[in-house]
Amino acid sequence: MSSNVTIEVLRYLPENDSEQVVQSYEVPRTKDWVILDAINYIKDELDGTLSYRWSCRMGVCGSCGMMVNGEPVLTCAKFVESYLPGTIRIEPLENFPVIRDLVIEMGDFMEKLESVKPWIIRDDDYPEEKEFIQTPFELSEYKKFSMCINCMLCYSACPVYGLEPGFTGPAAIALGQRYNLDNRDMGNAERNEVLTQEEGIWQCTLVGECSAVCPKDVDPAAAIQRLKLTTTVNWFKSFLMPWKNR
Amino acid sequence: MSINPDYSKYHPKWFRRSMPIFWWTRKWVHMKFILRELTSVAVAYSAILLLLIVRALNQGSEHYSEVTAMFKSPVILILHTVMFLFLIFHSVSWFSLAPKAIVLRIGKKRIPDQATIGLNFLAWFVVSSVIVWFI
Ligand code: SF4
Ligand code: FES
Repeated sequence: MSSNVTIEVLRYLPENDSEQVVQSYEVPRTKDWVILDAINYIKDELDGTLSYRWSCRMGVCGSCGMMVNGEPVLTCAKFVESYLPGTIRIEPLENFPVIRDLVIEMGDFMEKLESVKPWIIRDDDYPEEKEFIQTPFELSEYKKFSMCINCMLCYSACPVYGLEPGFTGPAAIALGQRYNLDNRDMGNAERNEVLTQEEGIWQCTLVGECSAVCPKDVDPAAAIQRLKLTTTVNWFKSFLMPWKNR
Repeated sequence: MSINPDYSKYHPKWFRRSMPIFWWTRKWVHMKFILRELTSVAVAYSAILLLLIVRALNQGSEHYSEVTAMFKSPVILILHTVMFLFLIFHSVSWFSLAPKAIVLRIGKKRIPDQATIGLNFLAWFVVSSVIVWFI
């Protein structure tokens, strides 16, 4: 058994290159290392110029997402051993512009997230100090969609977002639905103006990869399909019973 | 994309990768998705065919036997076998996705995804049986 592991990193140094270049590193094969440990080893011991993001090291902050052997993953949650034998290839998350090495530009995602108004909207004067009691059943309606850590793996896995960058995208729609399904919220109509426009749910062709790669089981594909169904049913209702629109 | 000038000033040269035309050939899941999309042609074809058969039935037994005689030609038989396989692929992959859109409950308990899929297949079987019985 070899005592080293070869890690190939797809690098981009804007001051030197106009293209990405592959650089190989040999790191010691260490049981219990996650991919992020191997990258930290490269940074600390072999090449201090390598740039990447990470923070919590425990699958919570959502900042260490990268492509490992072609799949978007949280690098702090994947063991090096699970990719052996063979070379491990690390690339920046797909479908995003690259700022440097493994650091992607996430401004587009942040704007989309904000556009779906992921907060509770009330149209009455509900006193802030008053408790709003919610039953476990009411919580279960949206809990799954509230687990998102904004890691953007789903955007990276979504070919629709790759082809149509205007697409609101899986996580933002799932978070919009999280508030739509919250019984304390009254903002469905306002939020759905964004979610149900052409670039919202209707761009989704149900490839389903967003849900497959999500490390928190958010299931954004389900959030999108459910909203499609609700929107269609509501459209038929308003078409067949126009007097109810008033 | 973000156009905040202060922000992009410090990293003005983003690298953008574009999706290759044959992006869907790289992974089996993507290939399966493209196949599901393409096989929807078979669904449309079968729906039109069914309408034509019903129309022929309404026009009387002579018309109906004309249509069924046409189905016996080898070319049509091959075409229909291929269409049938496409239809099965499309329907199975589509019904397997049903729990993504439909949440079924008994009281306050959500029924498991497998049961939703099962109910879809059951409905498919019942409707198909009724049509076969009629034809
Ligand atoms: S939905 Fe899942 S994959 Fe997408 S950003 Fe949220 S946690 Fe990450
Ligand atoms: S470092 Fe925080 S999720 Fe990986």
